[in-house]
Amino acid sequence: MTSNPYIPFPSRILEVIRHTAKEYTFRMAFEGAVKPGQFFEVSIPKFGEAPISVSGIQPGSVDLTIRKVGRVTNEVFEHYTGQTLLLRGPYGNGFDLSLYEQGEVVVVAGGTGVSPVRGVISALAETADAADKHVIVGFRSPDDLLFRDDLAVWKDKLDLTLTVDGAPEGYVGNIGLVTKYIPTLPLRDPTTAKAVVVGPPAMMRFSVQGLLQRGLREENIWVSQERKMCCGLGKCGHCRIGMHYVCLDGPVFNYTQSKEMLD
Amino acid sequence: MGCILTQEGFAGLMRELAKSYRLYGPVNKAGEGRFAGIDVVRYDFIRQAEELVLDRKSDYAFKEILTPLSETLFYFTENQVKEADMEMQEVLVFLRSCDLHAVRRLDQMYLHNGPAEDPFYRRVREKLHFVLIGCQKSGPDCFCVDMGTNRCEEGYVFSIDNIDESYRFEVKDEAFLPFFAAQGCTEAPVTPRYVTENAVHVELPETVPLSIYKSNLWDEYSTRCINCGRCNFVCPTCTCYTMQDAYYTDNGKVGERRRVAASCMVDGYTNVAGGGQYRKSNGERMRFKVLHKVYDFRRRFGYDMCVGCGRCDMVCPEYISFSACINKLARTVKEETT
Repeated sequence: MTSNPYIPFPSRILEVIRHTAKEYTFRMAFEGAVKPGQFFEVSIPKFGEAPISVSGIQPGSVDLTIRKVGRVTNEVFEHYTGQTLLLRGPYGNGFDLSLYEQGEVVVVAGGTGVSPVRGVISALAETADAADKHVIVGFRSPDDLLFRDDLAVWKDKLDLTLTVDGAPEGYVGNIGLVTKYIPTLPLRDPTTAKAVVVGPPAMMRFSVQGLLQRGLREENIWVSQERKMCCGLGKCGHCRIGMHYVCLDGPVFNYTQSKEMLD
Repeated sequence: MGCILTQEGFAGLMRELAKSYRLYGPVNKAGEGRFAGIDVVRYDFIRQAEELVLDRKSDYAFKEILTPLSETLFYFTENQVKEADMEMQEVLVFLRSCDLHAVRRLDQMYLHNGPAEDPFYRRVREKLHFVLIGCQKSGPDCFCVDMGTNRCEEGYVFSIDNIDESYRFEVKDEAFLPFFAAQGCTEAPVTPRYVTENAVHVELPETVPLSIYKSNLWDEYSTRCINCGRCNFVCPTCTCYTMQDAYYTDNGKVGERRRVAASCMVDGYTNVAGGGQYRKSNGERMRFKVLHKVYDFRRRFGYDMCVGCGRCDMVCPEYISFSACINKLARTVKEETT
């Protein structure tokens, strides 16, 4: 067997960034082509593998923002800067950033769904017409905020709406679901505006509905799907929706495609 | 070329083949069936001709040689990763036309879906040679004719048909001719038998409108199906697996990674981090499986996945009929589109 795609490669943990008690970003050494929205299988021998979205890309490294919710991710949290983790990937199609450089763009992201689009938002913040880039990000509560440093930067560069589903009394800021802010987005021409929507299934469904009501065209909306994945190689079968394998054809799908992926 | 052997000749042939190949075929497991005193026909390695079951369809498919229920991929020792070894001997797999058609479906997934071949599948696949068992009559649940899998014209090294005391072979791969010559075979034109008529007929929907995905036609399976997953495990074309890591309790630094057969009908198949799951009801799971077999696979690869072997009907403890479901689907599609 010459090259076995199931064999992971070691990658050094360059930095661990703590967002919440259960969500850390692991900055992993990686040289090679990778796009926002793609994912890696984090592979911990004897514990298993978990697909994790790329939440940031720098020269020589990628960010993996991981929530401590299971057997594999619990074990990942036992690792510290300077140690190595085993990875396979990147897998999936990822976002095509060139689509969002020009014109009005809306990004709606919720919770850990912010991870796969963080690279998209950061790229939007650096475009010439960043005022035309509208970003709505929602988290469950003020304690669940991810990427606080980025949020501070994005706030000044593009039209950012940060909201939380609920907050203790006295909280200063937006309270409400991301969908609440779609009807009032200051869009000049919704028929040409593009949108990226990532988050839990219900959030994506209602956000897309809201965007369509605003007059956005189906072909101008992209979503990212989440499914269980055991291989990332189109073999294990778990991520199939209809005729598509999320790990191969996705996880990013144009809405004209994803609206037909009923599951 | 066609060859005819007597019973003794066939026994001798198998003895000689067993010296160069491992022989894998349908075997009667006496008393191992689902009820007391009931046999089951499963695949296993055989040593002699008498073990081979030629007069009935096997209850389980041949696929476990290619996709075992549990297969160790790697061994881990501290920082070392070692690929699991495999036996390197060539294998002759005895199977019927429907199952030989199923091989193409397994290859499609493991070798041709996605950018990389599955190396663990590939290394076993290369060792396999197929022997076609002719079908003298259709099983009660078979619907191979409507699925177009009742006949094979290639893909096998030789065929075998037992008619009374004689054994008839169509030898496709000339490399096997010496085995037959050594038994003093009689040359004669031989065509493997195949069935041209099944009792069960299915109508396949050409296109399935989106409304069918949420149709109440699947509801009956939410109440009838007990999501045991047997239909997936007997199916010659089901390929899904789940990764499973284990470490040895005596030494936590040593362990292995396996893949184990997975069933889209069984709980946990879609579980994602944080407790999310898709297709919670058995009706939705039935829809996922049935549409894959007769529609979604075809949309991706150009031909249907189901080979009409009918084993899922034979094994279902709730007597759910897959063929009846296909027909119900086709009927509902017609109603919705006219």
